[in-house]
Parts: sequence; C-alpha cells; structure tokens
Amino acid sequence: MMHNITVKVCMGTGGVAAGGGEVLDAFLNEISSEGIAASIEKRCSPGKVGCRGLCAKDVLVDVIIGNSKVTYQHVKTDMVPRIVKEHILESNPVLEWAVGEDYHNFHDRQQKVVLSDCGNIDPEDINAYAAVNGYIAARKVVTSMTPEDVISTIKMSGLRGRGGAGFPTGTKWEIAGKQDAKTKYLICNADEGDPGAFMDRSVIEGNPHAVIEGMIIGAYAIGADKGYVYIRAEYPLAVERLKKALDDARTENFLGKEIMGTSFNFDILIKLGAGAFVCGEETALIASIEGQRGMPRAKPPFPVYQGLWGKPTVINNVETLANVPYIMRNGPEWFASFGTEKSKGTKVFAITGKIKNSGLIEVPMGIPLREIIYDIGGGIEGGRQFKAVQTGGPSGGCIPADLLDTPVDFESLAKVGSIVGSGGMVVLDETDCMVNIAKFFLEFTRAESCGKCVPCRIGTKRLLEILERITKGEGKPGDIALLEEMSVDIKMASLCGLGQTAPNPVLSTIKYFRHEYEAHINEKRCPAGVCKDLLTYSVLEEFCKGCGACLRACPAGAIKGEKKKPHIIDPSVCIKCGACLDVCKFKAVKKE
Amino acid sequence: MVTLKINGTEAVVAEGATVLEAARNAGIYIPSLCQHPKLTPFGGCRLCLVEIKGLPRPVTSCTTPVSEGMEVVTTSPTIERLRKTVLELILSDHPNDCMVCEQAGTCTLQELAYEYGIRENRFEGERRIYAKKDGNPFIERELEKCIMCGRCVKICDEVQGVEAIEFGYRGFDTKICTSFEDDLDCEFCGQCVSVCPTGALTGKLWSKQGRKMGVKEVDSTCPYCGTGCTITYHVKNNEIIRVTSNDDTPNEGLLCVKGRFAYKYVSSPDRLRTPLIKRDGLFFEAGWEEALGLIAERLQGIKAEHGPDAIAALSSARCTNEENYAFQKFIRAAVGTNNVDHCARL
Repeated sequence: MMHNITVKVCMGTGGVAAGGGEVLDAFLNEISSEGIAASIEKRCSPGKVGCRGLCAKDVLVDVIIGNSKVTYQHVKTDMVPRIVKEHILESNPVLEWAVGEDYHNFHDRQQKVVLSDCGNIDPEDINAYAAVNGYIAARKVVTSMTPEDVISTIKMSGLRGRGGAGFPTGTKWEIAGKQDAKTKYLICNADEGDPGAFMDRSVIEGNPHAVIEGMIIGAYAIGADKGYVYIRAEYPLAVERLKKALDDARTENFLGKEIMGTSFNFDILIKLGAGAFVCGEETALIASIEGQRGMPRAKPPFPVYQGLWGKPTVINNVETLANVPYIMRNGPEWFASFGTEKSKGTKVFAITGKIKNSGLIEVPMGIPLREIIYDIGGGIEGGRQFKAVQTGGPSGGCIPADLLDTPVDFESLAKVGSIVGSGGMVVLDETDCMVNIAKFFLEFTRAESCGKCVPCRIGTKRLLEILERITKGEGKPGDIALLEEMSVDIKMASLCGLGQTAPNPVLSTIKYFRHEYEAHINEKRCPAGVCKDLLTYSVLEEFCKGCGACLRACPAGAIKGEKKKPHIIDPSVCIKCGACLDVCKFKAVKKE
Repeated sequence: MVTLKINGTEAVVAEGATVLEAARNAGIYIPSLCQHPKLTPFGGCRLCLVEIKGLPRPVTSCTTPVSEGMEVVTTSPTIERLRKTVLELILSDHPNDCMVCEQAGTCTLQELAYEYGIRENRFEGERRIYAKKDGNPFIERELEKCIMCGRCVKICDEVQGVEAIEFGYRGFDTKICTSFEDDLDCEFCGQCVSVCPTGALTGKLWSKQGRKMGVKEVDSTCPYCGTGCTITYHVKNNEIIRVTSNDDTPNEGLLCVKGRFAYKYVSSPDRLRTPLIKRDGLFFEAGWEEALGLIAERLQGIKAEHGPDAIAALSSARCTNEENYAFQKFIRAAVGTNNVDHCARL
C-alpha cells in the first residue's frame, strides 16, 4: 500500500529565524524535481506548522509516512536531499539527524490543550484548523446554546485568566453579560511584554483560529458585537497570520454579519501596540485603543462595567481565549480534570535561562517546579548547580532550590512570594548573581513605568539606584532594610499592577538570598562572580608557567611578565573581561 | 443620597461623589496634590490614600466613588507611613530650593513637607535636569519642580479645550511636553499656572517681585472687557506684582492672557492720566470740566447745524454693561440719534 507522506516544517518565529522558510523551499524543490516527482509528488505534501516548543532544536521537521513519524532537528537545506532520498523514497529514516531522548522527554511530560494543534497544523490554512474540529464549538455555541449556558460551562471548567491575575473567566463574562448596554466589547490582550515570555506569540503564530474561535464564543456569551486584538507591533509574524486568519474567517462567515446563519453579528479589529509594557494593563490598554497615552487609571470602575469608550468590556488574555474552544468541544469536566482544585487546566510556560531545553511547554497546573526544570527542561546546562527559578517576569519572584517541590499553581506560587504570571520562567544557576537579577528586572520596570504615580515613577528609580550601588560595591549598612521598607510601600501605594508588583524581584531575592546582598554590602564581594566592580583577577604565581597566553589575550594590556616567569595583572588597568581566565590552561588566573 | 462612615462618623453625600469629596464635605482633611475640584480625578500623587473596609489595599479617595454603608478610615499609621514615603520620594527628585522659589508660601508641596516634618529624606539619587527653553513672555516652566500631578494637562484639555501640553516619555523620564517639545506656543491663558501646586509653573512677570510677605491682596474687577472677571491684585510697595483669581468668583478663577498677565499698564508712564485736547495738531493736557465742556459745546453745535444724525458714537467693549447702557441712552435720548455702536471686541 502506498502511504501518504507529510512533511511538517516548523515555521514559528524560532523556526523562521533558523531558516525554516529555506528548508521548506528545499523540500518543495526536491520532491518536484525530475525522477522524484514521478513517484511521490502527488502523495507528498510539505507544509509549514507553528511552534512546537523546543526552539533550541530548530529547524524541526516531521516526516510522517502513514502512521510512522520521524522528527529531525537542526535541519539545514543541504540535509534535505538525503532525507528525501533515504527516508521518503527508500523508507530508511536518517536516524543520525533525528531528535533524541531529550526531545521526547521534553514532550512526554507535557499536557497539551492550548498547544495541542500548534505545531501540527498549518496556521495559515483555515481548512487545516477545520480538519482538527475547528469552529465546531463556535457553531454549536451560536446556533444552539444560550449565552447563559456558555457562561455556566466556562464557570464549571474553572478556567482562570492566563494573563497573570488568575481571575475566573466565567465570572468576568457573567458580570459583562448582565450589563444592560447596547454596545459591549471583547478585547484579546496580546500585548505580551514580560522579558523572556513568548507564549501568546506562539499561540497566535501556531493556531490563530483557536483565538478567534474563543473570541466568537466569548463575544456571544457577553453580547459583544465588536472585538479587538491588542497585539504588539513587534510581533510581525503573529500579526500577519492573525490578519490572514481573520480574513479567512470572514470569508467563511465565522465573523461579520449574521454569523453562521444566525442573527449574531461579531467582527474583530487588530490594534497594534507601540511597545509600552504598561499597555498590557487593562485600563492602559483601553486608553491606548482610544488613542490616548497608555496610562492606567484607578479601578473601580472595572472595565467590565465601564471599559472601552465607557462601555462594558471584557479583556481576556490570548491563552485564556485559546482554551475556550477546547473546553466547549471536550466539556468542562474534561478541562477541570487537569490541574488542582483551585487552579484548573493547563498552563503554557516559556522556559528560558540556564536550562538545557529552553522553549515553550504546556503542563497541568499543580505540576512541581522540579518536574518542569529537570524532567521537561532537562536540567541545568553544563552540569552546573541550580540556584533559583524566576517566575512571572518582572512582577514575579525568585524561587530557590529548596522550594523546588512547590506545585505550579496560582495559590502555591503566591505563597512562596512569586506568581504564575503570564508564564515566563527564567532558570538561574550558580553563575547568576541574585542582586544582579533583581537589578535587571528593576531596570525593566523603571523604564516601563508609565510615570503617572509617584511610588512607581520615582520609587522604582530609587530601588534601582540602590541596587546599582550595591552591585558596584558602594552598598551601605541599612540598604537591605531600606530596600525592604520602600518595596513594601511601593507595592501598597502604587496605582496599577506594574508598580504594585515591581518590587517583587527585590523582595523575593532578599528573602531567599539575603546572604548575597550581605556579601555585596559588607564584604564587597559578589559570590557568583558576576558584578564586575567587585571582581579582581590575579595570577597565582605557583601555577603560572609564564606562557604568555593571557598577556596576548588581554585586550586592555593589563598583564605584564617575562617569558617563563609568573605574570602579573595590573588591577588599575584590568577591565575584568575574563579573557585571561578563559585562555589559561594552568588554572593560574584567579577570579574573586 | 449615600450614607457612609468616615473615621467612625456618619456622613451623607450625593451619589456619585468621591470619598475625598465626602470627607472634605464633612470637614475631614485628606492631603492631596493632584486632585482639583475643576478636573476629573487623576489618582497619580497617591497622597489621598485611605483604607476602606473590605478592600485589600489602600485606595485613592479622589478616584473612589462613595457607596452605601462604606466605612472609610482616612488616617492610620500605615496610611501616614505611605504618605510620608510618597512625599520623600517626590522630594528626592525636587530642587528643594524653597529659599528662592516663587511659589514659597503658596506651594502645596512645601506645605505638606512641613506638615509631615520631612527634614531628613531616606531617598536620594538622580534628579531631573532640563535645559531651559521657553522664549514666551508669560509662563515660566521649571520642569525640575514638576511633580507630574497632571493638573496643567487636564485644565488645558478639560477646561480650556486647548490641549497645548501632554505627558511625554515614560517612567522617571516622564515630563510635561508641548508638541515635538517646541517652545510653549498657546493662548497663554495661564490656567495651568493657576492650578500648579508647586513652583513648576509661574508667571514670568512675577519673578522676584514678591511672594507673600508684605504683599497686600486687593480684590477688583478686570477692566479689560465687559465680562468683568473678578481678580485679585497682589500689591507690594504700591505696585501690582501679580494677578490671580479665586475659585469662588463668578469666573471660577479662570482668566485670559490679558487679565492674568497684562497688568503693567496700570503703572505705565505712557498711561493717560488727564483728558487731552488737540489744538493746532498738538495734544494739550486739560481738566475734566474743560474737556467735557468742549465736547458738550461741539455736540450741540453740530446737532444745531447739521441735525442729530450727523453725529455717530462709538463706545468700548472695555466698558461695563452699565456704562455702555448709559452711553447709548445719552446718544439716543440726549443727542437724538441711533448712530451708536461699540467696538465689540478687545
């Protein structure tokens, strides 16, 4: 029997950047070339798919013949002819290029709901989404369900907002549904701004129709006839795919007037964000759509009562909305069977930092951090020691090694001083300085504060200045106490979520790594060897052979010495780049 | 009406009022820098934070509407600590040059620093420094003293409808900007100056003329037009050094560029102090008796020779309604012509 052959080339942002487009072209050329075309062209369909998570191994290519699938990693165009010849024509997979055990470990421990079709279907083809039961839920909802039924289904599923705050989605929809207003709005918040987070981008790039279907269902439930997707302009591929998906959905009458033959009207506009992190805050986002400067305003009134143009407005995050079609299709009990009692379902995380398998994962809520980092993530790169994991981005906190068994859910992470947040997870190892990490996040929040309220505008600046002093060795006794005092006050007094959470990285690093702060302040020493101003490089005379390697490597001319005699580093000239340490074969350079 | 409890005492206010309004209504003081009765709430300075039973964190009373049965606490150790922190943060990015600041004595920030006894400041660090830019003759902008309360932006937008200024940049770098950061080029009504709680916006003409000490405030009516805005002259050594207008006036404290800034004519040496009579192409000073006598004589002469319609009269929009009424009555009844008009504009 002649099987159909499918080739799936990863074309998420990571895949495209690694050359996915060229690889796909190479497959298309190869199979249409003479000789090969005659035997397989009609049966073989190479196509693009969205992100499948393990970006570190891009370009990833699936070759599926009948029921047997082989995934290749790090595929380059020059590898394509051999894969086509040996695997596709002769059914001998090129196993030396196939993914290994870590790729399977990465996927096996995951539970995919939102990402279940990402990386499997062509995101630019509405029929591909339809082929995996796409838009069935929306059709069922608008043709045979009441808005109340939809809301109670979502409430039963226990779905909570995936943007960070974890507010119950069904409750939000219920309040909006009850508002007596002629015009209501549904906004999809795709202004993903946490450093290192790319969950929402990957979902839109990999399966834009799921988000659109979720929005149709949400709009029907609350009675909105207009929706917006507020998305960062820095996500060009996601925007392009979303635009195409919206056009295709309109053509199919999934959007527009009298959707699917009913009296329900709903359409979606794209609003590009100009890059301000604070516009992910819902009232600032609304101001931005209205053409105002993106500054948050005080709540109440909450947007669900008075939002865009003063009308009741529901704002849901991308991942939240992308969950909706799957819940409606498979039932709330199915969704609620994942996760914990209070945090149902799954959560997508972007794991980055000092981890082997960095990428995008989806896990059931309540999974211990340890499983994410060691089983899925493959542990720390280079066999170094794990130090902490930073969750929740600039609003989150650092969780140390002895709390690695903490389950990842809204309540448990809050209990240890961090948050689930939108799903960023940065893994830190022994070579990371925790004061420096706190400083990094404060640099971000200081720059992204909108400037409206005093505690955030000036408070984050002062926090950062103290951290900068400490990392330069100019820390003073009392600095830790001052950092703690002002952090608490900034959190309590700030207007919006940005300021109310900006000190979290400082508080959590002080809580778990106070000794590192103390070493910087009292001993003028950076235990992780990161803070340049606190480092000195010197040559250990007893080990130095006088080979001159360091002398040649030093870009500053700070090293002097005669051949075969111990060299000396002049600390007043040394720029602490570490080049000498890297080149010394005799471990004669000491960094402290 | 809504009944709520503020510091344990019952208060009744209209629905839609804010907690801050309710408290002030009840004579309870809550500090604030950004709130202004003419403007929509901003909620930026965070000084009016209060505790409301059932809410997990303090909220700004200026933005929170009252609700039935609400229980508000306007002062507590936590609230006072937060207010002090906020003030210290503001002052850590402020020139603190009250010695030479125009606003000293009428500065809300200075008053709050005094009230909270902020002599030492836990915070220190970089301060904003800006190059001076404005060449305009009216409004001095010392943006280093700006606390970003947004009152100037709001009054320009919400009351004056001009939108000459807006917030620019982000975070610590936020500042109040004109379009493209050009020199200020608006109608210079000075409404922004009147609501600025610090010395960031002052009148250029006021500079070094006098602050509070030795300054007498004299209420008057603006002579520029028939609107008759109530103004307050600030007088020192028998010289007008500044014009302001109080909120409780018919013009609600709002003035135009002339009323607010164009007061120097009062002591101008070029100002007419007596009537002038022209003889042989030259003006000669005269007394009122003489001048009015001449006018009466000439009017009578022209009327007798050519009839009343040979006379036309033009009065000024700078006169009051009453003066203009009397004038047209005189022309119509005494002179006998309807040829009377006024310049209708300034």
